[in-house]
Amino acid sequence: MPLSDTISTEAPVPSKGSVRPVTAAAGDVLTVIEPPRGWRALDFRELWQYRELLWVLTERDIKVRYKQTALGFAWAIIQPVMLMVVFSIFFGHLAKMPADGLPYPIFVYAGLLPWTFFANAITSSAGSLVGSANLVSKVYFPRLVVPLSAAGSGLVDFAIAVVILLAMMLWYGVGWSVNLLLAPLLVAGTVFIALGVGIGLSALTVAYRDFRYVIPFLVQLWMFATPVVYPARLVPEGWRWLLFLNPMAGFIEGFRSAFLGRPFDWLAIMLSLAVAVLVFAAGIAYFEKVERRFADII
Amino acid sequence: MSAPAIRVEGLCKTYEIGSKQAAGATFRETVVDAVMQPLRRLTGRSAAAEPTETFEALRDVSFEIQPGEVVGIIGRNGAGKSTLLKILSRITAPTKGRIEIRGRIASLLEVGTGFHPELTGRENIRLNGAILGMTGAEIRAKFDEIVEFSGVEKFLDTPVKRYSSGMYVRLAFAVAAHLDPEILLVDEVLAVGDAEFQKKCLGKMSEVAKGGRTVVFVSHNMGAVEKLCSNAIMLEQGQIVSAGACGTVMEHYLATRSFGPNRNSRNSTRIDQHLVVSGFEVVPRNPRSGRPVAITITLEAQQDASLTEFCVLIFSARGTRIAIFDLRLTETVPCQLAVGKTDVSVRLLELPLIEGDYTFELYCGTETGTVHLRDIFEFTVQPKLQPTPIIAYPSEARGHIDLEFKSSLLQSAHVENIAE
Repeated sequence: MPLSDTISTEAPVPSKGSVRPVTAAAGDVLTVIEPPRGWRALDFRELWQYRELLWVLTERDIKVRYKQTALGFAWAIIQPVMLMVVFSIFFGHLAKMPADGLPYPIFVYAGLLPWTFFANAITSSAGSLVGSANLVSKVYFPRLVVPLSAAGSGLVDFAIAVVILLAMMLWYGVGWSVNLLLAPLLVAGTVFIALGVGIGLSALTVAYRDFRYVIPFLVQLWMFATPVVYPARLVPEGWRWLLFLNPMAGFIEGFRSAFLGRPFDWLAIMLSLAVAVLVFAAGIAYFEKVERRFADII
Repeated sequence: MSAPAIRVEGLCKTYEIGSKQAAGATFRETVVDAVMQPLRRLTGRSAAAEPTETFEALRDVSFEIQPGEVVGIIGRNGAGKSTLLKILSRITAPTKGRIEIRGRIASLLEVGTGFHPELTGRENIRLNGAILGMTGAEIRAKFDEIVEFSGVEKFLDTPVKRYSSGMYVRLAFAVAAHLDPEILLVDEVLAVGDAEFQKKCLGKMSEVAKGGRTVVFVSHNMGAVEKLCSNAIMLEQGQIVSAGACGTVMEHYLATRSFGPNRNSRNSTRIDQHLVVSGFEVVPRNPRSGRPVAITITLEAQQDASLTEFCVLIFSARGTRIAIFDLRLTETVPCQLAVGKTDVSVRLLELPLIEGDYTFELYCGTETGTVHLRDIFEFTVQPKLQPTPIIAYPSEARGHIDLEFKSSLLQSAHVENIAE
């Protein structure tokens, strides 16, 4: 007589009530979960454990970005090159913008490169957490991985665009000096400030969707507060320190000096580096503070 | 006795609803609040005067799970099962209390989390594996096994958006099945997929359970819990009401079934932003097996809505799916709903269910998507009035459905001849 009302399955039935203590493995991990209390330090060890995820997510963003596009990675070049053409016509040709004695196209392109990376990085990392809402509410991982990978994927575009800059330097016959050795430091500085701002904004966007509307506007304003289309020299000397409080100003001027062989403004670069590190630390600190609430409010 | 795999002490989780801190708060409100706070303090009006509605999802929950135990967490909708699982898997943080977990932990709240439609099967295995916490080396080591288990070798380099839904789920489950943690937390993953897939899941689950791993399993399906778990914990309104051997807890669960529309859950009767289920009625209240019964569901629309799918599902007390009324088949849906109340009714001339307790669930589709509303209504079927004096077997021996049938005997006197 069929007596049990179990669901139909051929799964083997485990012996009930058998409690076999698993011998504690050598590397027994103890996880303690407690309510969040104020500020907490970034857990580097855990972040390192999840490096595969960081890498895979970055790879995903890069692969997906140009999937099913006819031009593929060419878009990484087309965007800054088109901007360069437009700016060269309006600012260089029509408005006769001074360009530190350089041909305006290469002057503006050298500024647009770090700027485009920065703008894309903060825009995509700011929206990254909200865009990954289903991940955040279903799986645990250090949430920092999400904005980090979103910002990081822009580095490939940046590298491709640098190749064009090198080609332009050959064409115009400028640059190619020892100054180039400083380029990695300037790129690192740009990455730091982009991560700091992007990470902070991504956490803010989770709680306040207002930032979705603020960010495009912020990026535009920020561009004009940065010597991308004009040289820093255009700003009166007494006010220039104010310009360099914006770390992107120092990095972009420095980037130009490095690639186009102009003398460095060391004070500006140092100031920018200091601000970038501060912003980076502040962004991460804020993120870590609110990270544990994400799943509840996203 | 070794240290417990999971120790939970005084766990509380409070959600604030309708307050300024809730999801709806805008930046402006927060800024205004931050400015006003000191002003209020100056004027003596405390901010605490503002009413803050809170919802206690978990209240002082404490338990221990020993290594190798397979524990089911059961309870009605809104009892706090999922919240508990989310806290254990560190997706959300507790408000109070402390949890200690010994061992490598992995949680499976959904199959295929993070799958990207544009990426190929191969790329998604890596992506999903990394999301579930596998290291690169682990994924490479298990890659072939995963592919074989999923049975999608041929389509490994095809974007998963071109996969059939069956292939997609198989691949996703294959990755999850190869997670190798010491402690596994599983939500109702088994609720998705077809029967064959569910069978595969259950098979894999019991394999995991037998392998001495610690498993915490949340489910509505009492059959599955009974089959897989040695122990169980029953939650009700955020508190543990019963814990211990699976059978005992299950008995408690079945004995304390609350009748009438389920009021425990916070939003289980909401279909979408503008459409709610405002009433559910079964006439007669306790129908008799073999007699007519009418089910009426009242929907309330705040604005014009269109209903694309509407199904009433019947589940046994243990969570086995018995039947479905798909209102598309009777051409009642798709339909347009005007603002106000609409009664949807389903009538049966002869209720084929045998006596016992059952629950109704609803599955509704609108333009915004589909929702599965669980534990909407519970009802009891009275035993059939038998025309014969024979007493039927007890209900648990008879399954769920009474079939109308005839039987006859045909005796032959020449059986031996046929054998020749």
